[in-house]
Amino acid sequence: MAARTLYEKVWDEHLVKTYDDGSSLLYIDRHLVQEVSSPQAFAGLDAEDRKLRRPAAHVAVADHAVPTRMRHLPLPEGLARAQVSRLEANCEKHRINYIGMRDDRHGIVHVIGPELGFTLPGATLVCGDSHTSTHGAFGAIAFGIGASECECVFATQALRQRRQKTMRVALSGTLRPGVAVKDIILGLIARIGTNGAVGHAVEYAGPGIATLSMEARMTLCNMSIEAGARVGMVAPDDVTFAYLKGRPLAPAGADWDRAVAHWKTLPTDGGAVFDREVELDIGALSPQVSWGTNPGETAAIDGQVPDPALEADPVKRAKMERSLRYMGLAPGVAFKDIAIDRVFIGSCTNGRIEDLRSAAAVVAGRQIAAGVEGIVVPGSATVRLTAEAEGLDRIFRAAGFEWRESGCSMCVAMNDDRLSPGQRCASTSNRNFEGRQGQGGRTHLMSPAMAAAAAVTGRLTDVRDIVGNNGAAA
Amino acid sequence: MEKFTRITSVAAPLPEADIDTDIIFPARFLLLLDKAGLGKHLFFERRYRPDGTRTDFALNQPAFEGAKILVADANFGSGSSREQAVWALADFGIKCVIAPSFGEIFYNNCFKNGVLPIVVSGARHDEVMAAARSGGELTIDLEAETIRLPNGPEFGFEIDPYRRRALLLGLDEIGSILADDADDIARFEARQRVESPWLQLDDGRLDRLFPQDEEHTR
Repeated sequence: MAARTLYEKVWDEHLVKTYDDGSSLLYIDRHLVQEVSSPQAFAGLDAEDRKLRRPAAHVAVADHAVPTRMRHLPLPEGLARAQVSRLEANCEKHRINYIGMRDDRHGIVHVIGPELGFTLPGATLVCGDSHTSTHGAFGAIAFGIGASECECVFATQALRQRRQKTMRVALSGTLRPGVAVKDIILGLIARIGTNGAVGHAVEYAGPGIATLSMEARMTLCNMSIEAGARVGMVAPDDVTFAYLKGRPLAPAGADWDRAVAHWKTLPTDGGAVFDREVELDIGALSPQVSWGTNPGETAAIDGQVPDPALEADPVKRAKMERSLRYMGLAPGVAFKDIAIDRVFIGSCTNGRIEDLRSAAAVVAGRQIAAGVEGIVVPGSATVRLTAEAEGLDRIFRAAGFEWRESGCSMCVAMNDDRLSPGQRCASTSNRNFEGRQGQGGRTHLMSPAMAAAAAVTGRLTDVRDIVGNNGAAA
Repeated sequence: MEKFTRITSVAAPLPEADIDTDIIFPARFLLLLDKAGLGKHLFFERRYRPDGTRTDFALNQPAFEGAKILVADANFGSGSSREQAVWALADFGIKCVIAPSFGEIFYNNCFKNGVLPIVVSGARHDEVMAAARSGGELTIDLEAETIRLPNGPEFGFEIDPYRRRALLLGLDEIGSILADDADDIARFEARQRVESPWLQLDDGRLDRLFPQDEEHTR
């Protein structure tokens, strides 16, 4: 057989059939169900009186709309309560396993899938959420879908798809101290643009990958969609296997050995051809901050707000002007002179234990600047409990942060965690879109250590100026 | 699904790149449980000022009232997978979006809801945008795969043949997979159970992990 990429191997293993027009029916092993994209899918199923094909292929959790405090109380009357109740009722009716808001395995779908071992190498996994690309960190084909496709997976366990083109992002070099994996993905998107990878399944490869933890790989794959790619993947290796072994839904015993033997055959063959290749020297990166209203509008922290007048393309120039107007920024202002009001540490991008550790390392022994409010929202209850066992909650609280319960929170602002109009936030989330963190709110994306540094000084800050260059907070 | 064959309408111009699905359908409205009636929230922050008064956004202008076509710029519908963005467009009456490029999940979602996204780029796109601004009527013919501009010129566009057929027929994709492919899916599952048993969780492992007795609930 011809040399194949990781993506092509997993694709081929899930091909149910190929239609005459060249499109494919792809089998879907796993589906994560949440409250926002599922009510209409369940309603569609019920309207046609269709049954769920395989209840055991789905796990459900409410993460977007849930509050991150006062969780011991019933949800107050209102839309969020109606949405969570609807999910619970649908799961009961269709016999889907549902993780409740007070369960100690609750969390954001993209954090708990891997924690449970629901996410596995070589699997196909979908969710009605664009950040499903996160799970590709394990060598799965994982992608976000709309509610109609969720309905299709409920009914058929398959999706009619066309195989994507492939793109390899080869990472070379070693991150400098104070630079994090978030800076890799932000730096990549700044370079190739928010539609730079549309139509492609991205594989992150190269010598820079082997040393990255699973948490770091998940951050990387998570933001593939911000470059336009539905799929981002990393080949499974010993780091992957060590993370998964013993997880509740990971294979065990003889199945584990068989699975690992198979997973070792998945990495891209030498000589396999990608439709597109991009190289990124991660050793050259500085910490990144976004300045505009999409993740591609990002630059190194030691720079300044760019001048639209210098942009030749009129469409891009108009977009930059609009971004700066929305963000309340003038060209030429040094990033480090931009004052912030709020700090958000969390999300499916940066709400994992390593993220909280790196932020806590910056915050430890310091105080949030006067007038700045900060919240830390662990990505899952497991992350929260682990952090509490390590004393991270005490570090954050002592510095003046609020320590919350798990959920999407201020990344999508569907609960009460949101910016007021005009407020400026240093955020570890994934999207700086207009209104994303609340109507009129202004988001600057960055790594957890950078957000922690901004909290301490009250303005956008190079974390290396706070902790020195010894790498304590990388 | 509603069929799409041919439409003639004025086209609302939206000459701005990177219109993401948060702009098309702000997240706070995602708490609503139904597909229907979402049009009133479409482009909410662009159509209304904080005090509730209407802006001069294209879809608020009398010249584009009743527009069934939107002419947008690059990377339209990027970001979130929320299908509410398409439901809101469709509910508002938009049946066709023309842009140089689209967010991929948004693009896929359009076809599930009788909305036709058409990729037109370069000088052609400038021409279509100018035609939209002129306030004249465009005709989109999916059968013929053509766009006709108000002043006469007509040109073709490309679309995946399956998707074209699905829109023309108003195809129920789930129904056709169930009718035509169920045996293939069953055969696939039987083979996977032998070759990669760890990928299937039907052995009750999930139920044991999430018992109904609240063991893990504080």
